Amino acid sequence: MSDLHTVNKSPFEKNSLDTCLRLSKAGSSILLYEDGVYAALAGTAASGKIAGALADRKVYVLEPDYRARGLKSDRLIEGVEMVDYAGFVDLVESCDKVQAWV
Amino acid sequence: MSDKKQFMFLNRRAPYGTIYAWESLEVVLIAAAFEQAVSLAFIDDGVYQLVTGQDTTGIGMKNFSPTYKTLGDYEVRHMYVDKESLEARGLTADDLVVVPWEDWETEETVDNIVEVVDSDQLAELIEQSDVVFSF
Repeated sequence: MSDLHTVNKSPFEKNSLDTCLRLSKAGSSILLYEDGVYAALAGTAASGKIAGALADRKVYVLEPDYRARGLKSDRLIEGVEMVDYAGFVDLVESCDKVQAWV
Repeated sequence: MSDKKQFMFLNRRAPYGTIYAWESLEVVLIAAAFEQAVSLAFIDDGVYQLVTGQDTTGIGMKNFSPTYKTLGDYEVRHMYVDKESLEARGLTADDLVVVPWEDWETEETVDNIVEVVDSDQLAELIEQSDVVFSF
């Protein structure tokens, strides 16, 4: 078992994602939601962060928040998984605890 | 001397995650109603406010993005987008909303008042403004 880390802040505005990536262990899961979803986009100045994390962690993005912001599926970094609200609940249930990097 | 002032609204936040974008839009519409010269600038995550294809059905919030398309009708004449912010996010002008403008008296028209500008231009525009509102 491992932890679920959540990030809801834009990687361009806050350092929540940086600290999450620095302090989450290999094998843990990261869920990006609300303004955190911008970190899941390919071709941005922040893309390398998630691309690097995918080497040893699972990364998820909350689809309703992604769609709300007009973001297209083909811009999602390869390896990042879309989840809906039920998927979010499943992740919470399957992990030991949730660490929110608000 | 004219009573008309140059108002500049600086938008630096993404939509939906916080209320800044929506609040800015509300104040823009109020300022335009008072017949001031209103310009908007989109910087940092603010450029995300103008991205097309927003669909908020899944998050239970109002999709206010169609309002940007109507700002020309409220006599907003300029919507500046910071080039550096756009590029850092892998976006181009093609990803953004198109906002037409028409002067009802002279019938002068502009196809799109959304304009990508560089840092020097933006700095100049901010300095030339009488009043700057930050969101």
